[in-house]
Amino acid sequence: MGKAYLVLADGTVFSGKGLGWIGRTQGEIVFNTSMVGYQEILTDPSYAGEIITFTYPLIGNYGTNTTDSEGRRVFGRGVIVKEACEDPSSWRSNQSFQDFLLEHKLVGIQGIDTRTLTKHLRYHGTMAGIIANDGTELEELKRMAEGIPPLSGQQLVKEVSTPFSYVLPGGAKRVVIMDFGVKNNSIRKLQEQGCTVIVVPADTKAEEILAHKPNGILLSNGPGDPEDVAYAVNTIKKLISQKIPMFGICMGHQLLGLALGGKTYKLKFGHRGGNHPVKDLLTGKVYITSQNHGFAVESESLDKDVEVTHINLNDGTVEGLRHKTLPVASVQYHPEAAPGPQDSAYLFEEFLAKLQ
Amino acid sequence: MPKRQDIKKVMVIGSGPIIIGQAAEFDYAGTQACRALKDEGIEVVLVNSNPATIMTDENMADRVYIEPLTRDFLEEIIYAERPQGLLATLGGQVGLNLAKELAESGILEKAGVKLLGTPLDAIRKAEDREMFKALLKEIDEPVPESGIANNYEEAKLLAEQIGYPLIIRPAYTLGGSGGGFAHNDAELKEIVAKGLKYSAINQLLIEKSVKGWKEIEYEVIRDANDTCITICNMENIDAVGVHTGDSIVVAPSQTLTDVEYQLLRTASIKIIRALGIEGGCNVQYALSPEKLEYVVIEVNPRVSRSSALASKATGYPIAKIAAKIALGYFLDEIPNSVTDKTLAAFEPALDYVVVKIPRWPFDKFQAGNRKLGSQMKATGEIMAIGRNFEMALQKGIRSLELDVKGLLNPQFQGISKEELEERLIYPDDERLFLLGEALRRGYLIEEIHKLTDIDVFFLTKFAKLVHWEKEILPKNRFDSEKLLEAKEMGFSDLQIADCWGVSEQEVYELRKQLKVEAVFRMVDTCAGEFEAATPYYYSSYNERDEVELKNSSNKVVVLGSGPIRIGQGIEFDYCSVHCAWALRNAGYESIVINNNPETVSTDFDTSDRLYFEPLTKEDVLNVIEKEKPLGVIVQFGGQTAINLARPLHDAGIRILGTQVENIDAAEDREKFEAILEELNIVRPSGKTARNVKEAKNIAEQLGFPVLVRPSYVLGGRAMEIVSSLEELEEYLANAVKISPAHPVLVDRYLTGKEVEVDAICDGTEVLIPGIMEHIERAGVHSGDSTAVYPPMSLKVEEINKLVEKTERLAIALKIKGLLNIQYVIHEDEVYVIEVNPRSSRTVPFLSKVTGIPMMEIATQVILGKTIRELGYIPGLAKAKDLVAVKMPVFSFSKLIDVETSLGPEMKSTGEVLGLDKDPTKALYKALIAAGYIIPRRGNVLVTIADKDKEEALPSIKRLKALGFNLVATSGTAQLLREHNLEVREVNKIKEGSPHVVDVIKKGEIDLVINTLTRGKIPARDGFRIRRAAVEFNVPCLTSLDLVLAIVQVLESMIRVKPLQMY
Repeated sequence: MGKAYLVLADGTVFSGKGLGWIGRTQGEIVFNTSMVGYQEILTDPSYAGEIITFTYPLIGNYGTNTTDSEGRRVFGRGVIVKEACEDPSSWRSNQSFQDFLLEHKLVGIQGIDTRTLTKHLRYHGTMAGIIANDGTELEELKRMAEGIPPLSGQQLVKEVSTPFSYVLPGGAKRVVIMDFGVKNNSIRKLQEQGCTVIVVPADTKAEEILAHKPNGILLSNGPGDPEDVAYAVNTIKKLISQKIPMFGICMGHQLLGLALGGKTYKLKFGHRGGNHPVKDLLTGKVYITSQNHGFAVESESLDKDVEVTHINLNDGTVEGLRHKTLPVASVQYHPEAAPGPQDSAYLFEEFLAKLQ
Repeated sequence: MPKRQDIKKVMVIGSGPIIIGQAAEFDYAGTQACRALKDEGIEVVLVNSNPATIMTDENMADRVYIEPLTRDFLEEIIYAERPQGLLATLGGQVGLNLAKELAESGILEKAGVKLLGTPLDAIRKAEDREMFKALLKEIDEPVPESGIANNYEEAKLLAEQIGYPLIIRPAYTLGGSGGGFAHNDAELKEIVAKGLKYSAINQLLIEKSVKGWKEIEYEVIRDANDTCITICNMENIDAVGVHTGDSIVVAPSQTLTDVEYQLLRTASIKIIRALGIEGGCNVQYALSPEKLEYVVIEVNPRVSRSSALASKATGYPIAKIAAKIALGYFLDEIPNSVTDKTLAAFEPALDYVVVKIPRWPFDKFQAGNRKLGSQMKATGEIMAIGRNFEMALQKGIRSLELDVKGLLNPQFQGISKEELEERLIYPDDERLFLLGEALRRGYLIEEIHKLTDIDVFFLTKFAKLVHWEKEILPKNRFDSEKLLEAKEMGFSDLQIADCWGVSEQEVYELRKQLKVEAVFRMVDTCAGEFEAATPYYYSSYNERDEVELKNSSNKVVVLGSGPIRIGQGIEFDYCSVHCAWALRNAGYESIVINNNPETVSTDFDTSDRLYFEPLTKEDVLNVIEKEKPLGVIVQFGGQTAINLARPLHDAGIRILGTQVENIDAAEDREKFEAILEELNIVRPSGKTARNVKEAKNIAEQLGFPVLVRPSYVLGGRAMEIVSSLEELEEYLANAVKISPAHPVLVDRYLTGKEVEVDAICDGTEVLIPGIMEHIERAGVHSGDSTAVYPPMSLKVEEINKLVEKTERLAIALKIKGLLNIQYVIHEDEVYVIEVNPRSSRTVPFLSKVTGIPMMEIATQVILGKTIRELGYIPGLAKAKDLVAVKMPVFSFSKLIDVETSLGPEMKSTGEVLGLDKDPTKALYKALIAAGYIIPRRGNVLVTIADKDKEEALPSIKRLKALGFNLVATSGTAQLLREHNLEVREVNKIKEGSPHVVDVIKKGEIDLVINTLTRGKIPARDGFRIRRAAVEFNVPCLTSLDLVLAIVQVLESMIRVKPLQMY
């Protein structure tokens, strides 16, 4: 592979070698500190619009397989690694990391100092950037890097959400998932518990959702700025008043926060990884969680009927909330894991226990 | 929950002497725990019998007891101190077993002592195999199915229940022989037949075999609020079958998908919850390499070697956190000392690869059984960090300080195909290099995988390194891009130089010219996500440097001592740590370079900056070029650091303390002799032989016995006393390769008292904190001798001579800092045996018993202070009113086929201290602490060599008078009868069963006294007697000096006396 560049919006340049599909790609540069689970991360719809830096330096060791994808394709805009493994080893693998990137036409760069990049993003905050491994001149890339549109304002949820509703038959309990970019494992978790799962597009109207006669509603994870999904906030407001148990994950949590009168804001460099400690304020217990978000709910902005149930132990940001009287709750992190710790899987059980 | 208010005073149990399987990691854990407790205002009572540790320093605990670790002694201490709590999960298996004993015998309850941290019930459930299996079944976690069979039919039935493949282990065999793997009925039949014969009780343990599966470990912590976190997972490169302590381990796991990683992580948390552990815990798994299936192999409900490794690999201080949890804290109430901003409730994220490689003692035990299996054999280990696997591995290989450079080594090129494959299938300590050799010969990765079960991921990495060394580097001489790539893969300048056929210096200069230079990266627990202040670094290439240096002009580099091995143990880590502390106290910035993950010196709290790097010239120079210190202290890191003095000096680096030419003068035989001659100090006469003929001539001139050894050795390696020309020939043929480049030293062997002196010299005056006398006469390596402080039997004029000679030698050698001298007193003359211009094994022991902080003084002296300025009076310090006995401890039971008799080559792995006002009591305590179960009466087997018979007789008579029954083979029996001593005669081995070894095996012998016979056949008998004693845990004494001392102890224990005797 030939020479490749990563140019950040602030003009910082990292040079390395090309990886994956040959071309150029631009987006918001973020870093993820998980040491395993690159396939799940790359296929997680929440990464739409983003170029993912893996802080763990060896990526691709165990190849990729047909079962570990979390979405129907790759949603990340690009990939940045220190070293991509060319000879994977795993009985579960049927494709190398490189071939996987080629199949999904994902442009990448390898051989760069990912730790320095991570520290740069930590210090200056998440920023846009461009990767080129197709021989584009550096000067041209620098010009291009200045004009990358911000993440906020892009209609990323529409890009990843299912274009049509579909039903996954199961037991008597019916759960509607509002698909803002749902991960396969959330669906799997509900199916494992014997639910009939109805996945609906993000812009589905409240009436249509109610027509599915749901016992519960799951607001899924998804990409980008929650304020760009105002249409869903209105839907959620209507659904809340129906007193149907509702559980939000990640973007679903942020949208619920907005629907409950709160505000959201962008974090400096987000939380992305599998080691984030979250404290359950009711029990005092700490759970290690899988996280992937760049926005958060502002705790002061919430209604007095709403209480914060979980906080991030590192920075005190809101990680979970619930309505004091209505059966509505949400978490900012990923109880479905995949990748990451499975410690919070009990939240699905708690949600399902509320269903009538 | 905040800290418990009911606990003000806590007793901490250490792990005792260093033995294989229980090493410096518990000094690290115990030290962290003591500091954590003291930070919380807790009064700490520490008990440990090991004087070589940091944890037994006076300032580590409020009350330090260096006493034997037995129930009786601990009970006494409990009643003397009345602590409210006991912390037992930080002292290894020894500490845990003692806590269990104290609890189960009701002592704790009676004395009102609460077991802190992990409850007794949890310990029991984890330790008792049956309870553990039952618990795991209950929570639905898989364990290997197993059962017991007494015959083939029962075995067959079990096979049907469990399914093949099976592992069959005979119960109660010597060294685990007689077992095997069965994949079908035919194999089962064969192994069962053989195994039943081997088993002393005709019984077999049959278990589902997971051989060849991946071995994966998790380090887990739980607090009383049920918050659970995993600190780190680790993947053994060696598949299941090799003890994890003997495996090459990588962190984090490299070949596990998230699905597999989380499967085992979730199981770990489930297990730690079910056990109810409050503190740290280690869970080991076997994970199938071909399906989503695993079994739990083992759980350790305490901190362990693996947790020390995990702490160093991640920067997360497991022992410290475990101690805080024991006091009642929750994980989210304890700050993360690395970031200062976050809390202990999180899981470290690594952005580098860590490799651990064990260090085995087979360079010293050539004849030992080197095969690796379920019994750990390594004495120590190294850890290396890199941004990629290749670099971590190659740094690791360098850190081992073996005579190897990388995976490829010429010494393996000559071995046959059969031997190579055999040794790949049945791994031994040289596995890495045999893998390199196989790859060099063109074996395919798949072929090697079939032979070894090592994951293809790792084999591919090895193959890449071999390909580079064999093909790419030699074909691309002076190619700057390839050079940079090679450096990124961790190739040393020396390796590259070999590939290019140039000198190391040429590669170094080219690198400097091309600006291909090492940079340093930080270990921060969080992969760069948070700002961190850890002063903990490792080297990398082609990246940005992260060390932010203050403009300080008073920095000093302290070189550590690398992996723990026989001859270079924890004592040297003690010295490095104290040097770093002393530097800090003196207002200097201390910079430590070391690679041993078990130790206190590699705790990032110990120094101002820690560099986790190999101790080679190149790697050390990288740090020095970065830091630009005032100079380097080499005299505290054992021979490892001393050996770097010359290369560093030649590279223009300032050595602080004793100068290089003076180090050379002490170590180079000819220069040293010239100095002795000038000073008119005698040493046993001897000469250097450059070939066999010369050696014979010298020996005949001197007269036998002579002491022979290769020049420049560590710990008396390959040193022997030979008493005839034939023995000398045999030695030169087998033990060493003599050549002009590798001469052999031949010295007169003088029998007499051996004395050891440690001293500090400031260039003009000398402080001698104490003199130690050995119980064993000269001829036994000083590290294996029982040393007594102050000397018990020396005359005043002898002491005066020792002091005078020590002073003159120190001044003449221009010592600045520490030196250690060994003397032998032969026929009233004091001879110098050797001078070590560095700290010695006895420095911690002597510092503790004399109360003179030798390391602090030596460091200050090196920095330019005089002994008087520091408030000490030069000369021999007044002896303390106590007797301290330092006794060696061996690990023979773990090392199959290793000769146990003592000689000039060091064999001990650790030491204990017996301390008392009364000499016999001090010796008694040392014996107990060293694990000797000296019987008060019973059967003593005496097999004495002819040359020793006369000398042995009085001690034997006294044993008889003490009530022992004598057992002997014909020769000794005849002698005893001649002296009217009743004796039971048993067969020699060649006389047929039941012979002398059978008698030991049957448990009929309580004590063995065996002295070494020269010559071949009887030696074999003696060897088997000694091995049998080791394996059946019967104390075996090979030194008549020690026998005499023990007889005195036994006599002193008699409490009753008839009135007439008063």
